[in-house]
Amino acid sequence: MSTYGAEAKPRMGFFTDTSVCIGCKACEVACKEWNLVPEDGLVWTGESYDNTSTLGANTWRHVAFVEQRKPARTDDDSEDPLRWLMESDVCKHCTHAACLDVCPTGALFRTEYDTVVVQQDVCNGCGYCVPACPFGVLDKRHLPREPGDAPLALPLLGKKEDGRVWKCTLCYDRLKGGHEPACAKACPTDSIQFGEVDELRGRAHERLEKLQTEGWNGAQLYLDDPDDGIGGAGAFFLLLDEPEVYGLPPDPVVTTKHLPEMWATTAVAAAATVVGAALAFLGGRR
Amino acid sequence: MTHSGSITETGTEMRSYYGRPILKEPVWQPEIPFYFFTGGVAGGCSVLHGLARVADRERLAKTALYVGAAADLVSPALLISDLGRPERFLNMLRVFKVTSPMSVGSWVLFVSGGSSTTAALLERLGILKRATVAAEAVSFLTGPPLATYTGTLLADTAIPVWHEARRELPWLFGASAAASAGAATTLFAGDEAGPARRLAILGAAGALGLKEVMQRRLGFVGEVYEQGEAGRYGRVSKGLTATGAALLAAKGRRSRAAAVAGSTLVLAGELALRWSVFKAGFQSARDPRYTVIPQRERLAAKS
Repeated sequence: MSTYGAEAKPRMGFFTDTSVCIGCKACEVACKEWNLVPEDGLVWTGESYDNTSTLGANTWRHVAFVEQRKPARTDDDSEDPLRWLMESDVCKHCTHAACLDVCPTGALFRTEYDTVVVQQDVCNGCGYCVPACPFGVLDKRHLPREPGDAPLALPLLGKKEDGRVWKCTLCYDRLKGGHEPACAKACPTDSIQFGEVDELRGRAHERLEKLQTEGWNGAQLYLDDPDDGIGGAGAFFLLLDEPEVYGLPPDPVVTTKHLPEMWATTAVAAAATVVGAALAFLGGRR
Repeated sequence: MTHSGSITETGTEMRSYYGRPILKEPVWQPEIPFYFFTGGVAGGCSVLHGLARVADRERLAKTALYVGAAADLVSPALLISDLGRPERFLNMLRVFKVTSPMSVGSWVLFVSGGSSTTAALLERLGILKRATVAAEAVSFLTGPPLATYTGTLLADTAIPVWHEARRELPWLFGASAAASAGAATTLFAGDEAGPARRLAILGAAGALGLKEVMQRRLGFVGEVYEQGEAGRYGRVSKGLTATGAALLAAKGRRSRAAAVAGSTLVLAGELALRWSVFKAGFQSARDPRYTVIPQRERLAAKS
């Protein structure tokens, strides 16, 4: 980022190649451990091996499991085909990040690595980023606050829950120390690859070409294109089916793309309110 | 198989991850739709009060000023109470970000609420005439954006039923603000209530029409307004607003009782309208069809 001047670093990110994911969930565990992400309940969903279900305040890596009666390769003509898709999902660290744009306190910021991070000492839990994210990544933490937090200035209005918004930091602390993020470090198959985004994009295209040549069913890159609705992601994917099959939006657009138009509408509607009120003064006093 | 294959009304095959939502539902609590209502009353009253000053309607001006100031006092309390960290409410004024309707709105509410409550206090005490006029002027200028920015606050999200209504929501909320400010002022303005009452009728008619237009233009995505809580609040809002406005128009001038009843109905109707729009967002986020199908259609149109 140019605003960092001499301190700017190359853009860092993830290339998650789902074709080699084995669904071990080491990324989920490593993320929780390194980032001290609290446990938020255990449930059996019955949805294949996925009991995590979705990204949120207490889940920054989520492995999706999809069982399909589909051949893994286009040249497979077996009678009863079966394939098992696994994908480790994460915050996309968008080039045009809606969460960052709409954050009213500046708690969400862009780091020198071009990643998007919440400053937990600034976030006041307004929750605006939650519905602004086109991927449903961010959420408010409803677990109890930790001891040692600042005392409530307004005890009557205070809530006992943590109340702030949390998400993947792309292990900002580890990056600062020259380490790769915990999930990538723990991934045993290199399904999660960490590195400079430019280099990862090249690697992803090579990998896609190879899989397509070999006839892997549905292989496609997701969020690698800098011209898409979010300007491309810092964390992008190689998928083996359409994005929505993994719970990802097929064509996400940053909501603030339309903000100039929205502000214009706001101003015209505000002026119209005055005109309407002026019209109400035509006629009698009573 | 659970993850594939529901046929939707638009005829598109829609696949999802176990039917789970893609977007997160908002984490906003009941304070927020109540604030949309009180903020609307405050913004609308600033306008009404300013125009009444210009038109030299003393009693109407004072009434609108006091009603607006009361709404301006309630509004920040509601917003602070909704925060996950209420003690950090001042962080809202830590930066000014034009990319964040909530940041802009916080500043607008801070300036507008500050000026109208100051003006009301000075007016009541009868001191510092010049400062009173200055505060009133600031309140008049910041009232209109206070009435409409909340529409854009909702539109500037990924939630389809809000984002796709970005052309209508500021208008709808502006009209609703005018209706509720007019109705609230009518309750207390006695024999000078004429303009306030007409504003209530005008705003109510506008809000009723704009909601209809919005739902039609939304098409498939707008069907949540026919369902669940959004649908229930919508129907209640329509009935109350239309009855109240009709009562105000027919008998509001001559009968004090009709004016009070009509205003109360309009106020309740506008509050229900805010709830309808609020709940529609949750329903829209909850169902992945509203996220995936329009995006698929957009992709199909591109290629």
